[in-house]
Amino acid sequence: MKTSSQLIQDLVPRKYSIRGKLWVITLVSISVAGIIAYIDQVIQGQKVTNMNDYALWGIYISNFVFFVATSFVGATTVAILRLTKNEWRTPLVRLASIIALASIIMAGITITIDMARPDRILNLFVHARLQSPITWDIIIIPSFIVASFLLLYFPLLPDLAILKNYYRKRSPRLSKFYSRLSWNWNGNERQRAIQGRSVRLIAIAILPLGLILQTIDAWLFSTTYRVGWDSTNFAPYFISGAMVAGLGGLICVIYIVRRYRHLEDYITLKHFDRMGKLLVLALLTYGYFNINEYVVPLFTAKKGEVEHLNMLFKGDYSGLFWFVTIAGLLIPIIVLAFKKGRKPLPMFIIALLVVVGSWWKRYVIVTPTLLHPFIPIQGVPEEWHHYSPSLHEWLITFATLAMALLIITILVRYLPVIPIQRTAEEAGVEIQSVNENQES
Amino acid sequence: MKKDQSASRRRFLNKGLRAGIITVLGGIGLGKLTTKLIAANKHSDGNSVELMTTDGRLIAVDSSEVMDMPDHLSATSYNVREGMPNRKFVMVVDLAKCKNALNCQQSCNKHHYITGDNAWLKIYDMQESRDTAQYWMPMMCQHCDKPACVTVCPVDATFKRRDGLVLIDNERCIGCRFCMAACPYSTRVFNWGDPGQEVTLNMDLTDHHYSPEHAGLPSQMGTVDKCDFCPHQVDKGELPHCVTACPNGVFYYGDKYEDTVTNGDETLRLSKLLEDKSGYRFLEGLGTEPSVYYLPPVDRLVDFEDGMEYYKPYESVEKPE
Repeated sequence: MKTSSQLIQDLVPRKYSIRGKLWVITLVSISVAGIIAYIDQVIQGQKVTNMNDYALWGIYISNFVFFVATSFVGATTVAILRLTKNEWRTPLVRLASIIALASIIMAGITITIDMARPDRILNLFVHARLQSPITWDIIIIPSFIVASFLLLYFPLLPDLAILKNYYRKRSPRLSKFYSRLSWNWNGNERQRAIQGRSVRLIAIAILPLGLILQTIDAWLFSTTYRVGWDSTNFAPYFISGAMVAGLGGLICVIYIVRRYRHLEDYITLKHFDRMGKLLVLALLTYGYFNINEYVVPLFTAKKGEVEHLNMLFKGDYSGLFWFVTIAGLLIPIIVLAFKKGRKPLPMFIIALLVVVGSWWKRYVIVTPTLLHPFIPIQGVPEEWHHYSPSLHEWLITFATLAMALLIITILVRYLPVIPIQRTAEEAGVEIQSVNENQES
Repeated sequence: MKKDQSASRRRFLNKGLRAGIITVLGGIGLGKLTTKLIAANKHSDGNSVELMTTDGRLIAVDSSEVMDMPDHLSATSYNVREGMPNRKFVMVVDLAKCKNALNCQQSCNKHHYITGDNAWLKIYDMQESRDTAQYWMPMMCQHCDKPACVTVCPVDATFKRRDGLVLIDNERCIGCRFCMAACPYSTRVFNWGDPGQEVTLNMDLTDHHYSPEHAGLPSQMGTVDKCDFCPHQVDKGELPHCVTACPNGVFYYGDKYEDTVTNGDETLRLSKLLEDKSGYRFLEGLGTEPSVYYLPPVDRLVDFEDGMEYYKPYESVEKPE
């Protein structure tokens, strides 16, 4: 069994290694390139994108949907595992909350990037109309950002106090920083009661908020007449897809952090096994809704539906469609069904596949539908019959992904990725350094 | 202890309430003061003005209290967002007469200063199924009575008027393009870049006052445009540009309340025309309730093929050389 100081030593944040620094520099460079591209887009207008009057939404929107989906991971792990009293969640919830916060912040930024007149953003509040699904988004996204932040922050308080004491001699500046953040946490009865209540409250609230968020996101599409979007199946389809994307992201991040920080004693094979099973459950649910979405319409075979499905099954988008279906859905189900498949490395590879598949899946949901309007595409330049993102769009999209990873990296650098206090309590170890620094 | 706490809470609430009341009163006072200051652009000169209230009573008001409302001084005597009182504009498009002459499109492009790649009025090469006849179908904004685009607009930039028109306030649009995704008729057009009307069309817009009633004057980058049903022409007592430009009398424009439509040459009873020629509306099944009616392409005088001469699958706006 680990002693208190060993535990703290294992779990306190670490400075970046050379590799870590290179990683951060890479992310910052990608972000800067994207910001420059975005500034150019603001100056020249969205003609720098390859969007047109038919493909009127492109990767900005599918990327936004991806971020929204990934942010659901906080709700999945924290709320669902909490409600089902699954104690093994302890070493995973901090990273899940970090991913959720990073994703939802980037979702908010990404949807603004798609706005052609960001200078008029205040109109969304001044002239807001409650009947527009975009207004629902304007209400839910900031709410979810706040909720995700609190979901990360409330459980952090005891750990921040531990860090304050840990750094008192080592780095007074860091100690002061953690001291500010920890709000004079000393772990007495009253503080614990308040904190416990707050954590419970936010953990319960995050589930309905997450469900509302995914639902509104689906309704952005299903409230239109478009073939391929006009589906009552869409909201649960998006919710189950969000579980898949979020868990995939979580497994990737956990694998890397575990390796990089040598946390094998804390995040064990058991955790990977359980997460693998949870991901299979999510994938099977998602598969079920995919059947509803793509197979049932073949039965009545309405003209528009068949045209749309043909485009996916054997037309322009068949490559992507079969990639996201086979590599992003079927193969992960098969691999993760076996115990060997739920070992860390195979699971990491599968989770990467799931995340990439999830990203392209959103692209397959957004773009093909727009290229199938009710009346034929005529009288416009030939290239408007197709859509593939421009350099600007790719640069900006990669930048948003890099920024999400950057937020995660920075939070992992400065916060304990595994809750110290809770881990100690569960292991029956007393943290002595809370009230005074025992070391040195 | 308990007592102490509740006393302090009461004190706190008391203070908070007072602060709140003072803030509200202050706010109201400040508001009143500003109104007064704005109204007092003229000193009271003792003259009073007689005004009629909405319920018909005459009241006397000091002339210093009377202000000009700038919106009501424009040429239109109605609210642009509410529309012309007691009108309901409709259009009838006779598909039997359309030969794809494209004059309507050229005239529309010209009078709405369109510089993009996608015209607001397009003539489609249509065919329902392999065994049925091909025909030419002019398509513009259908000015639906249940407009999907208006429902989804988050900022009320596109709006429905009582006279039937669906218009866009270019100065409010945020460029989210949700309306374009919602429109089943694909008639909405986006200004992806700077429309560049001043340069391409030699337009001078320095003293121009923008109104949603004349779309395209000017167009703005990052906003949506579409057919406006030409209320600026109606104001002048004229027909929309497409109606007057058509050499074949395809377009009839009129007022549903008056039950008349005209293509410039002949004026017809709307209800009788629709009944006699089996008028229909496009994609009626969606429940959008369009203001544009189509007459089926029967008993045509010319071959469909004759229109092929002008048909351009990849162009609807001619670019200046």
